[in-house]
Amino acid sequence: MRGLPQLLSRAKRVRVGFSASEPVLAIQAGILQPDKFTQTFVQLRGLQSSNVISQAPLAAVADTDSGKQLRQELETIVGPGNVSSGESVVLQHGQDEGPHQGKSPDIVVFPSSTEEVSEICKICTKHNIPIIPYGTGTGLEGGISAVDGGVCVNVSKNMNKILQIHQEDFSAVVQPGISREMLNQEVRADGLWFPVDPGADASVCGMCATGASGTNAVRYGTMKENCLNLEVVLADGRIIHTAGIGSRPKKSSAGYNLTSLFLGSEGTLGIITSATVCLHAIPESVAAAVVGFPTVQNAVDTVVMTLQCSVPMARMELLDEVQMKACNEYSGLSYPETPHLFLEFHGSESEVESQTETVRDIAADNEGGEFQWAVQQEDRTKLWTARHRAYYADIALRPGCRSLTTDVCVPVSALPDLVTATKADIAEHGLVGPMVGHVGDGNFHTMLLFDPADPEEFRKCKEVANKMARSAIALGGTCTGEHGVGQGKMVLLEEQFGKDGIDVMRQIKGALDPQQLMNPGKVFSRN
Amino acid sequence: MALKVLVGCKRVIDYAVKIRIKPDKLGVVTEGVKHSMNPFDEIAVEEAVRMKEAKLVNEIIVVSCGPAQAMETIRTALAMGADRGIHVEIPLGQMDTFQPLHVSKVLAKLAEKEKVDIVMLGKLAIDDDANQTAQMTASLLDWPQGVFASKIDKTDAGLEIIREVDGGLETIRTTLPAVLSADLRLNEPRYATLPNIMKAKKKKVVKMKPADLGVDMAPRIQVVSVEDPPVREAGQTVSDVDDLVAKLKDKGFSSA
Repeated sequence: MRGLPQLLSRAKRVRVGFSASEPVLAIQAGILQPDKFTQTFVQLRGLQSSNVISQAPLAAVADTDSGKQLRQELETIVGPGNVSSGESVVLQHGQDEGPHQGKSPDIVVFPSSTEEVSEICKICTKHNIPIIPYGTGTGLEGGISAVDGGVCVNVSKNMNKILQIHQEDFSAVVQPGISREMLNQEVRADGLWFPVDPGADASVCGMCATGASGTNAVRYGTMKENCLNLEVVLADGRIIHTAGIGSRPKKSSAGYNLTSLFLGSEGTLGIITSATVCLHAIPESVAAAVVGFPTVQNAVDTVVMTLQCSVPMARMELLDEVQMKACNEYSGLSYPETPHLFLEFHGSESEVESQTETVRDIAADNEGGEFQWAVQQEDRTKLWTARHRAYYADIALRPGCRSLTTDVCVPVSALPDLVTATKADIAEHGLVGPMVGHVGDGNFHTMLLFDPADPEEFRKCKEVANKMARSAIALGGTCTGEHGVGQGKMVLLEEQFGKDGIDVMRQIKGALDPQQLMNPGKVFSRN
Repeated sequence: MALKVLVGCKRVIDYAVKIRIKPDKLGVVTEGVKHSMNPFDEIAVEEAVRMKEAKLVNEIIVVSCGPAQAMETIRTALAMGADRGIHVEIPLGQMDTFQPLHVSKVLAKLAEKEKVDIVMLGKLAIDDDANQTAQMTASLLDWPQGVFASKIDKTDAGLEIIREVDGGLETIRTTLPAVLSADLRLNEPRYATLPNIMKAKKKKVVKMKPADLGVDMAPRIQVVSVEDPPVREAGQTVSDVDDLVAKLKDKGFSSA
């Protein structure tokens, strides 16, 4: 059976805790030859990929003493109502909103406190069971897929409080169950808002785990610039505060920057159980504008010039002509099918007016078409409808399809060439790939549509995506600007960092998670 | 000829909160629960502020009836652009028997006292869903009413209002003064910004009691009981279509 010799040669973690009736572990230890049941079982658990080393899969051992013992220990920690291995529950907890088929965990637990999360980790460490943190399941890179099975720790269901709001200090401390829209709703009345907006109504702590960004990053920064402190539970159950216990100053030179380490670690180093994030003042005045251009080059030139004029743009989004067509069809609009920039200006009334004037002139200099703009809330909402519904408009282009969403980010100057090359590549492969870009950051997404029943089409999408990522890396950019690596970009990460870079990451992982239990199979491959 | 507007705001339990019934079954739990301005009142305040920005209105007075915490609601309205506030104090213990008729009487008296041209309210409050105050206020004042307004325009003779009704939209014209109530699609309210919140702290708010306006607070309605909706029963799994049809017949849903 393919893969098994590799398993045998890589048998590392044979736990003495299990009885010899655990067929898979016993194979690893070289004790048993695989019988037919085990062969099928091992195949079903997807152990054919060389990346995956089997743990003791609980679904198969649920009726065994150790499986029952584990469940009992988990129930003692969180209560019997907060442990589930029901089919629909585990299915939901293994599948996020991306195109990759997720793998279900064996068991899902719903802790209600950081202490409970710590106890869960201790139990899983004792039994050598993988741990997968789960927030809102709105990721796009398969970050929650339980590739080796294990225990999924849903930290958002019961841990859903805003612990502190500090209006004068512009910061808030939230648990994983607080999504960004919930936080915004809460602080609105104080004239504050949380500006990181990745589109989905994601868990704020989840956004820390993936290093999320969004349409406002050009002015307000990404999660990395808006997170002051994290409370993290490590695989062995230790609870740490990455910037110091209760610390929330605007800056600090104290110790290693652990906050930075855990931001974007995608659940592979620990479980985030609370985050201290920055809030900003709601701008006095907001204006929105939309302007079309004959080519993408014109649009990007406008963006570069605007940035060089130091106009403090709040949002700068590029939608290509394929996307505009999709938006027109989906939302019943009638924009010309050419590349468009969607812009937002924040500031005092006079600042917004002068910013808008400046950009209107720059757009006109670059062959920009009609410059539509609005100030009233509902007019702005209408103007931005196209951009807000872009993803759903894309899916509606081919009902039933799914999207492989790419996420490359390059220095802004390299954007026009990369976009042109990408569009040519998409056309060459015969794919449909509307494009939306946070051009102010040099970050753009193509929604490569594929029929889930057609593996050939998916393969083509992957080919285009990988080519794009490699070009981006060659141009001084990154293979993922905001979505994270998850499973789909591990090879690209190695190319971006080189062997030594990845080895340092492996060493850090090895130091914090020696048993390799935290969200296995993500970010970088095991050796 | 710039107009004067009186806007009514109610402090209600926030729409996102899960409501729990009090043990005595005579009301809902309000202590420690998040409150905010009634969303339809936010729309009313926003409309008044836009009228002021369009120079149709030169003064906006916001009024709220309630316990001490009603001040937060008034401050929010001031931060959105109202000029001054009136807090009609109702002790916490009396809130359970304080009803739309009392509010209408208070508003009518204040409208006369302040000599306003428009009384602007939300169409209903999301806690009692009563949808009575605007209509009763208009009746007490004998003023025309434009309720469920989704568009308000000034004309030479008064106002032209487009109202949302069951069959669609109705356009009416009224003279001034008038009582209006805001429906959902009238506008999208602005967020209060920090500089405006700070400015609002300096705006004047006057406190008074219903008795000062000669309003009698005796309740006309007694709440007998408040109950949760019935708990959803478990469904029944049926084995096949025949079984389903048989069960439907048993329950009287099908005669075929």
